Amino acid sequence: MADEKGICLSGKGLTKIFGYGRQKCVAVDHVDFDFYEGEVVSIVGESGSGKTTLAKMLLGLISITEGEVYFQGKKRDISTQKKKKEYWTNIQAIFQDPYCSYNIFNKIDTVLLDCIHMRGGKKLPYKKKVELMTEACSFVNMKFEEMTNKYPFELSGGQMQRLMIARIFLLKPKILLADEPTSMIDACSRATILEMLMQLRNDIGMTIIFITHDIGLAYYVSDTVYIMEHGKFVECGCADDMILHPKEAYTRRLISDVPKIYEEWDLSTV
Amino acid sequence: MSKVMLEVNELTTKYVTRFGEDVYAVDHVSLKVEEGKSLGISGESGCGKSTLALSLMGYYFAPLHYTSGEIIIDGRNISGMDPDDIRRSILGTEISYIPQSAMNALNPTQKIIRFLEDVIRAHDPKVTKEEIYELARERFETLGLPAEVLQKYPVELSGGMKQRTVIAISVILCPKILIADEPSSALDVTSQKMVIKMLLDLMEKGFIKSMIFITHELPLLYNVTDDIMVMYAGQIVEKGTAREAVFDPLHPYSKGLMGSIIVPEIGLRDMKLTAIPGVPPNLKKPPAGCQFAERCKYVQPQCKVRAIDLRDIGGGRAYRCIFSEEQLREAYKNGG
Repeated sequence: MADEKGICLSGKGLTKIFGYGRQKCVAVDHVDFDFYEGEVVSIVGESGSGKTTLAKMLLGLISITEGEVYFQGKKRDISTQKKKKEYWTNIQAIFQDPYCSYNIFNKIDTVLLDCIHMRGGKKLPYKKKVELMTEACSFVNMKFEEMTNKYPFELSGGQMQRLMIARIFLLKPKILLADEPTSMIDACSRATILEMLMQLRNDIGMTIIFITHDIGLAYYVSDTVYIMEHGKFVECGCADDMILHPKEAYTRRLISDVPKIYEEWDLSTV
Repeated sequence: MSKVMLEVNELTTKYVTRFGEDVYAVDHVSLKVEEGKSLGISGESGCGKSTLALSLMGYYFAPLHYTSGEIIIDGRNISGMDPDDIRRSILGTEISYIPQSAMNALNPTQKIIRFLEDVIRAHDPKVTKEEIYELARERFETLGLPAEVLQKYPVELSGGMKQRTVIAISVILCPKILIADEPSSALDVTSQKMVIKMLLDLMEKGFIKSMIFITHELPLLYNVTDDIMVMYAGQIVEKGTAREAVFDPLHPYSKGLMGSIIVPEIGLRDMKLTAIPGVPPNLKKPPAGCQFAERCKYVQPQCKVRAIDLRDIGGGRAYRCIFSEEQLREAYKNGG
């Protein structure tokens, strides 16, 4: 683990319980973690293991039943809307479904302008804003001139997801939470998106929390991998160790579920 | 040589846009699937994979139109037939289809058994409810699905279970060919494995004779199918066995697709993912020459002048490029 780097985000005994009484459902069960600065962390688990619930708690989108989130060593305070907005300049997210991530009435330049305004660039001259937006678009291999008058629904899924990354590029948050950003787009655009995320990490030095069900993807992008089963972290460690020498049976199962090309894919263990 | 189940010759279908423009989404595609074999179709979004699947079923409803070519299912030519006739006499018994989003394929207000009744009665109205229930229960149990599913509503099932139920419904009449259009892309890896196991079981137990599997995940295709066909902008750019297409791709586009494979195996982290730059051509105004010329690393001036023919090099292998096999292999060895 990175010793000299500071802890960016940590959780102590985070718990989320939906419902009560007989219908109680413990989605996330007393998880503890420390995410370091500039690290790529993956959270891997199958559907229903509580990955997205954890993500929503970290973002402050849903309330926390028990436990605390610490941001840069201090207790996170999002009690008022103003404080919440301030927190969101530090943590941003890319969601699974790009089609639902945009306000359909806003044109793309509005989407990008909002990001500039959020970073305190409201008083900048328009020319400067255009410059910033052009820079962000060229970072994700898009042409700003072609995009400026379009609505989000005119773009393809891959393009939308890239525009999301352009937003992140403008916002420059400390932490990026990527919740299955590549599960709805094809393999070819997936490579582009992953490369861009890695470049963002190198350029801005932000922490990326990458949530996925595909352990191969986690292995490719991350430094540290957390395996989640039924709301608990069952294994955590350096990506290389984890994939090549898994300790838990659950991790082994996740690895065996991914189709492989150099080894035999064992279908008998379903 | 085993019996040919599905033969497609030079099939061309087009979409007609609101403004009267023709978009050829399937462009002179020929393929052959033998009994007991499976064919995988790969390519990026918008390359015509799903349109090809719809065309094979004879599902020609506007804006999709049949243009030319023939589709022969087990010796019977279905091209040019009326879509309603096809639905009555061919869908379900000869050819069947699993849609991409099983989540939305089932009517939420009806029990699963009702869908099976619908399918069976559409072909034979005289079957009684008890017979259908018996058949369905037996079939579900053979395929490893609990029989209680039959009396449930779709909302009570999980995503993977829904997808497997849809597959079981599609094959209830034992079709000769099953077209699976990205059956696992909305599922997590564990449910994906169950779905794949079920599809392979179907083949093994003889409920279906051959299968066409469409997906963009090459590692999955490699594990499931015997042959792989890569499509680009409505055309076939490469055909070959699974092993050949993955380990020895000839067309620069298939080579590019190989660069985007992610598998949790030793050596992955040292490998750099390579994406193919650029976007597919606008099929409203297709380029004069090779469709892939704009994005190709090895592009030559003559590529942009005339259309390139599919080169058949024997053994079921074909590719669409002006270079010879040796030249391409040499180029990949040097340039990666």
